Amino acid sequence: MAAGAASGGSARADTYKDARGWLLLPSWAVLGIFVLGPVCMMLIYSFLTKEFRGGVIWEFSLSAYDQFFFDRGLFGDEPAKLEWTYITIFWRSIWQAGAATLLSLVIGFPTAYFIATRPEHVRPVWVFLITIPYWVNLLIRTVSMKFLLRDQGPLNDFLIGTGLIDSPIHIVNTNFAVQLGLFYSYLPFMVLPVYAAVERYNFSLSEAAADLYASKWTTLRRIVLPAVKPGVVAGCILVFVPSMGSFLAPDLLGGAKNFMIGSLIEEQFKGNAGNWPFGAAASMVLLTMVLIILMFSARQQAKADTAGS
Amino acid sequence: MAHVNNDIKTYKGFRAITLLCLVVLYAPLVIVTIYSFNASQSITNWEGVSFRWYADVFTGPESAKFKTAAFNSFTIAIIAATASTAIATLAATAMVRGGNFKLRTVSFGLISLPLMVPEIVTAVATLIFFNAIGFTRGYLTILVAHIAFCIPFAYLPISARMQGIEDSFEQAAMDLYATRRQAFTRILMPLMAPGIISGFLLAFIVSLDDFIITNFVKGAGVETLPTAIFGSVKQGIKPNIMAISTMLLSVSVVMVTISYFVSKSDNTK
Repeated sequence: MAAGAASGGSARADTYKDARGWLLLPSWAVLGIFVLGPVCMMLIYSFLTKEFRGGVIWEFSLSAYDQFFFDRGLFGDEPAKLEWTYITIFWRSIWQAGAATLLSLVIGFPTAYFIATRPEHVRPVWVFLITIPYWVNLLIRTVSMKFLLRDQGPLNDFLIGTGLIDSPIHIVNTNFAVQLGLFYSYLPFMVLPVYAAVERYNFSLSEAAADLYASKWTTLRRIVLPAVKPGVVAGCILVFVPSMGSFLAPDLLGGAKNFMIGSLIEEQFKGNAGNWPFGAAASMVLLTMVLIILMFSARQQAKADTAGS
Repeated sequence: MAHVNNDIKTYKGFRAITLLCLVVLYAPLVIVTIYSFNASQSITNWEGVSFRWYADVFTGPESAKFKTAAFNSFTIAIIAATASTAIATLAATAMVRGGNFKLRTVSFGLISLPLMVPEIVTAVATLIFFNAIGFTRGYLTILVAHIAFCIPFAYLPISARMQGIEDSFEQAAMDLYATRRQAFTRILMPLMAPGIISGFLLAFIVSLDDFIITNFVKGAGVETLPTAIFGSVKQGIKPNIMAISTMLLSVSVVMVTISYFVSKSDNTK
């Protein structure tokens, strides 16, 4: 693939120059109508009035966002105070996603580095081994994690059997279980970009550092890490973004006390108790945060590219 | 680079962390696979090897529900993967063989949109969209949503493959008086086969595995395997769920493995 990319990349082929409009039309139509269109529609819905049995009334209202950020008392007649309930849920989501990202980095960086320093022909096999679990149904992976970690589960049985602990450790329904679940869900997203960056790294730089009496850890910290930073940043974003909006890990592993944004949004569209404009507004807040992070990362990446060339 | 001493490159402990990483990734799946063969009624005690829970999936009290769900899941996955692969192949041809054009960045942004927008947001947006246009939720809404979000998964391996194929093959064919259509179907498509197959397989798995978007757009009464499994798991993990999970897990692993070997094969040499 690498050789082909090099030979085909010089001048852009334009055999289908005159037909590209027709060729792109199906993807534009499907994604425009069924992804971009709905997101715009969701923005509109977040400014509508809620219908009590689910759905909306077509009447402009700011109440969804108002409810999200402000508390005006039970009857809406008290002076507005900042509403902490939903901000807390958002903050917890950010915190949990951050912890999962850190966990992925601590485990994923050495893994990616190790794979990138293997002989060239075995690297794809290692990468393949890391990515297989990602392609297994996320629901099944999360359920499996719960099965393994629960109080009477195989992990606790094993630890009690070996005499390391006397009574089961409660992991399910804690913050840590959610972090572990998120880590498990998105780890390949950390390993792959870091691996790609380390593979491009020129190891003679490490040798030069060693010749100049730098210790191995100093070399890692001062030479390798700055060189592969774009890969690390990309990996962190790829883990953080889906973690923040995840639904399955907090729902199955976290229990009711560890509510995250995904569950808050989901609840608004279930049954008759929901509030569609509020759910749409919460989704908009989440989407805005994600887009800000992605724009920031795109800028970082562009900066790294110009610095590199 | 090849001359750099391995002592300088390698770090003590990194191998151990990599192995730990693999253990963490595979342990839950292996354990569930093992326990799916448990003869016991309870999920906690091990009482020997048995296929009773696999039999239960096909003939037990919940078998009708699972059969319908499996039918829905597989038909949706096949149709959605076929449609999104076709759409992605056309888009890749324009993007890779269409010269430079202004809307290229916008097009790429639109194609990768389902990867950037959090899945739960796409789910909410799609639900709202179908509600607003007054479309009853059911099999068809799931199918349409799946076709849309599978496009980037099919597109990435297909366009990567096309970038790796020099256009000199097609140029040579056209110099020898092949029409462009002939060059496309007889030269480019056969060379593209590995990319198209792996794009199709990835789209198939992504559709088969999707829970969040399906859960929002499915409507009452229509279930796919993931939503049926989720419904059961809410009341606790049962042994028959582990059996059905193991089967679904095997399908994914087999498909990814095929995709891996297909995309590795190089028929341009």
